Amino acid sequence: MSYNAGNYDVAVIGAGHAGIEAALASARLGCRTIIFTINNDAVGNCPCNPSIGGTAKGHLVREIDALGGEMGRTADECFLQSRMLNRGKGPAVHSLRAQIDRRRYADTMKHKLELQENLILRQAEITKLERGDSGEWLLTTGMDALFRAKAVVIATGTYLGGRIYVGEVSYESGPDGIFPARCLGESLKKLGLSLRRFKTGTPARVLRSSIDFTELEVQEGDEPPVPFSYDTENMGDNKVVCHISWTNENTKKIILDNIHRSPLYAGKIDGIGPRYCPSIEDKIVRFAAKERHQLFIEPCGLNTEEMYLQGMSSSLPEEVQIQFYKSIKGLENVEIMRPAYAIEYDCVDPVQMDSTLEFRDFAGLYGAGQFNGSSGYEEAAAQGLIAGINAALKIKGREPFILDRASSYIGTLIDDLVTKGVSDPYRMMTSRSEYRLILRQDNADVRLTPLGRELGLISDSRWERFNKKLQLKNEEYKRIRSKVFSPTDELNEILVSRETSPVTTGVRMIDLLKRPQIDYKCLEKLDADRPKLDSNIFEQVEIEIKYEGYIQKQLEQVERMRKLEKKLLPHEIDYTQISGLRLEAQEKLNKVRPQNIGQASRISGVSPADISVLLIWLRG
Amino acid sequence: MSTIAAISTAQGEGGIGVIRISGSRSAEIADRVFHSISGKKLRELEGYRALFGHIVNNGEIIDEAVALRFKAPHSFTGEDVVELSCHGGVYLTREVLSAVLSAGASLAEPGEFTKRAYLNGKLDLTEAEAVMDLISAKSRSSARAAMYVKEGTLFKKAQAVKDSLLTTAAHLSAWADYPEEDIPEVSTGAVQSAVADSLDTLEALLATYDMGQAVKEGIDTVLVGRPNAGKSTLMNLLSGRERSIVTAIEGTTRDVIEDTVIVGNVILRLSDTAGIRETDNEIEKIGVDKTLQKLTGAGLVIAVFDCSVPLSDEDIFILEKIKDLPCVAVINKTDLEPQLDTDYITERIQNCVFVSAKNDENTDELRRLIEKLAGTNDFDPSAGIIANERQRTAVQSAVKTLKEAKTALDLGFTMDAVTVSISEAIDHLMELTGEKAGEEIVDRVFHNFCVGK
Repeated sequence: MSYNAGNYDVAVIGAGHAGIEAALASARLGCRTIIFTINNDAVGNCPCNPSIGGTAKGHLVREIDALGGEMGRTADECFLQSRMLNRGKGPAVHSLRAQIDRRRYADTMKHKLELQENLILRQAEITKLERGDSGEWLLTTGMDALFRAKAVVIATGTYLGGRIYVGEVSYESGPDGIFPARCLGESLKKLGLSLRRFKTGTPARVLRSSIDFTELEVQEGDEPPVPFSYDTENMGDNKVVCHISWTNENTKKIILDNIHRSPLYAGKIDGIGPRYCPSIEDKIVRFAAKERHQLFIEPCGLNTEEMYLQGMSSSLPEEVQIQFYKSIKGLENVEIMRPAYAIEYDCVDPVQMDSTLEFRDFAGLYGAGQFNGSSGYEEAAAQGLIAGINAALKIKGREPFILDRASSYIGTLIDDLVTKGVSDPYRMMTSRSEYRLILRQDNADVRLTPLGRELGLISDSRWERFNKKLQLKNEEYKRIRSKVFSPTDELNEILVSRETSPVTTGVRMIDLLKRPQIDYKCLEKLDADRPKLDSNIFEQVEIEIKYEGYIQKQLEQVERMRKLEKKLLPHEIDYTQISGLRLEAQEKLNKVRPQNIGQASRISGVSPADISVLLIWLRG
Repeated sequence: MSTIAAISTAQGEGGIGVIRISGSRSAEIADRVFHSISGKKLRELEGYRALFGHIVNNGEIIDEAVALRFKAPHSFTGEDVVELSCHGGVYLTREVLSAVLSAGASLAEPGEFTKRAYLNGKLDLTEAEAVMDLISAKSRSSARAAMYVKEGTLFKKAQAVKDSLLTTAAHLSAWADYPEEDIPEVSTGAVQSAVADSLDTLEALLATYDMGQAVKEGIDTVLVGRPNAGKSTLMNLLSGRERSIVTAIEGTTRDVIEDTVIVGNVILRLSDTAGIRETDNEIEKIGVDKTLQKLTGAGLVIAVFDCSVPLSDEDIFILEKIKDLPCVAVINKTDLEPQLDTDYITERIQNCVFVSAKNDENTDELRRLIEKLAGTNDFDPSAGIIANERQRTAVQSAVKTLKEAKTALDLGFTMDAVTVSISEAIDHLMELTGEKAGEEIVDRVFHNFCVGK
């Protein structure tokens, strides 16, 4: 017999990276929120790499933070080593990545949930999700408790129908030995959602003392480490180093000799795996010409001897794993603590959702993270934040919060998901953003903090600091615009050493900074009255000056794009009735149901000709 | 949508004129002007059937005609269509059209039939564009060139450039998105040369646009020569029609008269002009000024000299004006006693031809020279050709953004600025085929590089 366990505004299913941001945002926006997890000790778990950020993902973390999300702050609190990737390749692709203490990260997140006002953390498996008579959602747990909620965010990660594969062995499971969600999938299907199977994988964890580091290349963190969060003032020092090793001919041979035992190659896994996260056997088969593959050895935390072998995920049998890991330099005597595995899980096709991440056909039902077909902690957190915010706004009767592609990587990620759909787990990449010169990690606060403030997710003190920073930045602009350097030998020496032409007359500092070869740093000696400012201010000023032409051009593109986004397409159009559209376009449009012409134009299979037809049709 | 009508055969050409009526009221409107001999009404007729009868306007029979009935969606436009085939000729077909218009149809805008066909899903945009070009193509070459566009020669060329840029963009993307994988370093030199090669190809493609235009719309051609040198006779000979007034009185051609003439594979938009002698006559002076103005913008000049009279100051004046322009000197009236110092002309003008326009002698040589000068006698319609404005804009935008990429590279900007321009160029090229760049680059990354944890 089920019993009434309580009424909530928002219920979040799953307390991984997506669920956490969803629940915190909803509670912080004043909604009574409950978050369910199959195991309270698995809150905020990092079942794969012990790191947060990376290319494009670092942008997402900065943006989550700029909007008042939690991932960046917690990553800073638990960081072990921090690196700014892609220095030298241009500001658009600078990306922050931090190795983190994964247990500490999970504990910290769990504690934050527990301390959050309006929020209840509840260990329970949701087995049924149904619609109540008055439109509310009914959630039943494995203990037959019945919860009612006005909105639900599904963030089930790899738990939904999770099944692990290691060689010939396969069993129902979530990651790290935690129960999967066995019943919810059926209930969702009954509701009318169509589910599909995706797959992902992770490498082995091994014992630190069994690794011989003596001949391995060391990878140090940046000094000083750069924080993700605009709240973090003092990071402390890097605490660990990582190491690099390589596979060899022998590794390749062992894998190829046993390839028939891979469940993927034996045809046992139906799930579609991510292209960007191939297992080592995948890499070896698909890139047969490559002699060796790189791997990173990363510590999982300060209070553990488990080490993560990045680049070596596999679903080969455990005994084969042991063999090939041992073929690698430094790992000759390695002790495996957890084997590598592949995991298959249920997810939805995200084109069923709007940009708010609400299902079009199920009011009040939202999805986020791997459930939506994405991959990665950061992608999950970003969606969780948006889903949680929108669930809360809807309940509060406020306007939905939609980030477009020109506003952020978050907006780009969600737009890609809901308009293009996914054929394999989606990973964020800088090349996915056409506006990447303006969507930089350094200016996430300028782009998004005012929006976060408007939502009510940015504290007074943070807002004050943000405005102070803007003010200092403007003053610095003013200063370098009026600051003139005389054509001294000293200046010309610097210019020539940087391979740019010397000057014969006085030159404004702003004009020097426009030169690609010149930066703040090299002018330091001559710039006596330079104020002491946060390095991020100098960074932003310099980038904005140097890339002014490009930034301006992108802003114009944004303007054009936003015009198309303003041409709204009614939800109830039956595209098969618009005879000018090609059949493929009709089908795609009927499936995706874009909210505007801009979105329609990004759907694959919709040609410029179809867009002209839509425009003509809209006018007619 | 309204029912529209227009003359759908080229005006003034061919033995039959067709008036096409398209729209839901086409049969009803046609019945008002077309009376079949059998008494059958078009609106009672099945599709793909024809009736013979008369076109009647205000109770008066103006022509005999065959009426063809097409029923939606089985017609060119996808709508109900009636085609009235009557006797050709500008006057008659216009009369029939005006009868149809007074019966309730509205005049079709240029290209409106094609637009409707496209809107009704009968054509895709590229096809529609190619058909529109086919309609306006007046000579064999342009018809052939338009066919080839439809079959994708342009696309193949653009595709090759796009492909090379995609490879570069994917490499740059993998290099930026997977900084810790052992992706080979992208050398600035390699990107520079990929961009430069693409620019070369696209600019060559753009140049074909002008040639394509020349083939399709004709070359601005100015006919000059002192009065009575035989310009008008020559023009009439080339165009096969009496257009300008041909008399033996000096200065009868007062205005710039234009006509479209097909010479082999070339369309000439021919302007017959007043002479360009210095004159006190006010009216003639206006004509002379117009001619001089025309000369500067001309794609081809045909200068006519009268070999039956000695070289005049005016001939010398003309030679001075045209010697650096693409021109043909036509030494006319070889049927008469020669008095002209022809060496003076052949020393100054490379392309000279002796003809008798009156007797149509050696005019084939003139046609050959015109084709040669128009650069189209070796015109190969199967070479990629940009056929219209939309395609040209796409290629031009790609060129523009590639130039930006080049500048960024030359100035030493970081690769992120370069990649943005390259992906944008790819996007523009993809507008030709309707694909999307973003996905393609990502696909390439995973196809070409071994990346990931």
